[in-house]
Amino acid sequence: MPTRRGDGRIAFAYLTPALLVLVGLMGYPIYQLVLISLFDYGQEQVSGGAPLTFLGLGNYTTLLANARFWAVLGQTVGFAAVCVVGTLLVGTALAVLATRVRTWARMTLFLAALGAWATPAVAGSTIWLFLFDANFGFVNEVLGTTGFSWTYDKWVAFGLVAAQVIWCSFPFVMVTLYAGIKAIPGEVLEAAALDGASTTRTATSVILPLLRPLLIVVTIQSIIWDFKVFTQIYVMTNGGGIAGRNLVLNVYAYQQAFAASEYGLGASIGVVTTVLLLIVTAAYLRALRRSGEAL
Amino acid sequence: MRFVVAAVVGAAVLAGCAPVQSGGTAPTGVDEQTGQLRVWLFDEVNRGPKEAVVKEAITEFQQAHQGVTVDVQYIQVQTRAERFKAAFSDPKSAPDVAEFGNTDLAGYVAGGGFAELDLGQWSESKDLLPEVLDTGTVDGKVYGVPWYVGVRALYYRTDIFQELNIQPPATLDEIAPLARKIRAAKPDLLGISAGGKYTYGAMPFVWANGGDIAKKDGDNYVSAIDSAESKAGLKQYTELLADDICPPAQCAANGGDASVEAFRAGKAAMVVGGDFNRKSVDASTAAGKYAVVPLPGKKAGEIAPAFAGGNLLGVMKGSERKTLANQFLQLLGGKAYQRKMFDAMGNMPTFGDVQDEVAKANPVLEPFIKTLNAGTKFVPVTPNWAKVDAQAVLPNLLQKISAAGEDVDTAAKAAADEMNAAFSS
Repeated sequence: MPTRRGDGRIAFAYLTPALLVLVGLMGYPIYQLVLISLFDYGQEQVSGGAPLTFLGLGNYTTLLANARFWAVLGQTVGFAAVCVVGTLLVGTALAVLATRVRTWARMTLFLAALGAWATPAVAGSTIWLFLFDANFGFVNEVLGTTGFSWTYDKWVAFGLVAAQVIWCSFPFVMVTLYAGIKAIPGEVLEAAALDGASTTRTATSVILPLLRPLLIVVTIQSIIWDFKVFTQIYVMTNGGGIAGRNLVLNVYAYQQAFAASEYGLGASIGVVTTVLLLIVTAAYLRALRRSGEAL
Repeated sequence: MRFVVAAVVGAAVLAGCAPVQSGGTAPTGVDEQTGQLRVWLFDEVNRGPKEAVVKEAITEFQQAHQGVTVDVQYIQVQTRAERFKAAFSDPKSAPDVAEFGNTDLAGYVAGGGFAELDLGQWSESKDLLPEVLDTGTVDGKVYGVPWYVGVRALYYRTDIFQELNIQPPATLDEIAPLARKIRAAKPDLLGISAGGKYTYGAMPFVWANGGDIAKKDGDNYVSAIDSAESKAGLKQYTELLADDICPPAQCAANGGDASVEAFRAGKAAMVVGGDFNRKSVDASTAAGKYAVVPLPGKKAGEIAPAFAGGNLLGVMKGSERKTLANQFLQLLGGKAYQRKMFDAMGNMPTFGDVQDEVAKANPVLEPFIKTLNAGTKFVPVTPNWAKVDAQAVLPNLLQKISAAGEDVDTAAKAAADEMNAAFSS
């Protein structure tokens, strides 16, 4: 369709309300975040007791020169990766299962999943802690390992928290993919069957490609969620575990910067997190486009 | 079009080119004599008795001041940092009088939160114990009146010591072997409940060995936690976090409350606990089966310096009712109500004469008073201490040595570096 002069202006006018909301809700906070990250901005500066000092990239150089930041960053990436893969595997498996069982079984599965999904993170984490309590926990009772601390060893603690994160985030993946599988037209599957495709072949060559757009959404969502995990680590490992060995980036930022009133440094950690997530998302989308998916 | 957008954005950027700063809590110059006086006090596990005493004080105050009402809010200790920060940033939501922990003082004063107090006209103030008043002082100026003081001493189970025919330790060096012996005889018990996050239980070990958290150097503090003496103390404390005394898997994550909790539950033979824990231990399975002695020092007969904890009452800088606020502070923080607070909550008074009086009537206080009189220590009085505290430098140090397998030298050096970075910021 040929564009006329003025079309752009009208389109812009139509988009203005959405743009205003976006700028107000996303643009301004990010602008403030970047701005604060360039200053020495502590409690004294907030309450007007001390003058502002412009540091430029000072907060960033402090952060990037800190070996601990890199260690925590590596830990966060590993932890998020495990959580994302776990969430996707569990979610997909249960979505497939849901399409193959009777109605009552499916309803039970959905109700249980929705329950997990609806539980607030703090409550869920606390309940898991109760279940895995060293002395009075149900799990230790069943396993006969009374006295075993699930939050002491670094890897056991990470594993427990990862399990909790997967538990509360798989329902989103499951529900989305179930809807996706259900939306695949019956004729397509029938045609594949008539052509003599095996179950595996149907799954890999028909269902998966059709689910691809949905998989992209749930993967990106999961990456963002799991990279930013805070509550579970903060509650379950009591603020980062023994000697801080279970810290992830968000808890680290909170402890080192916000609790310590170093808002400038905290903001710079926030900016770094945002940039990293943008890079991950962009790289993922690019890889998908290369493989021929129209987005 | 594009130019207009660019111009608008550019103007917005230029206009707001600095993060927000509030007007600050500068003195308003207003001094109202009527209206509502807002007071923040800390919530407690068992708040009833405290609330009753405070209500009594309010009634007395309101009867003496026509047209004045006192509104008390109980705030959570856990979220105090956020509450106070918000109050400093927005004077409209701030109280006139507030209770706060003495370790937070320097940070709050630097944040512009509290006003200097003039104790000259308050006759009772001359009886405040000088060493305790120091915990309410920054750079020679008093910002908080000590409301009560907390010191820790060694609790031990008399029944178990009798059964095993052992005596309470006479020196710090005796604690570990003694605790080991108890656990060997009674494997269900912790020899001593020593938490990996229990900073104020561990610091007496450091101080008794001649070490310190930090030393003043000119205007600044320099960490001394990696000195040879400090490391000797750290070694001595973290030695207690071992499978044959207090297994790290069970103890490393414990702070002071959790450490005392194990003693209350009857699962520990000893614990370093405060005078403020006495009431709760009396209401536990350990009731009637325990005694308290001062935590011993390096040599027999010495007492390890304790941390002078406790809470202060202060007047906010932005208060519009300064005179009333000061009067209420002097009532609630004065001798009569400190006595009442002792009866209600067991809080140790900060006036020398009141302390002597309650000590005579309550012999159980003796070990705590002895500890107090033997000399106490305090955290560095600098606004940056709040940072060291928030970054959990000392708990991390204790846990690194006791549970993460780091050697004392490396861990202490790292903690000292972190502290120095905070002190110099």
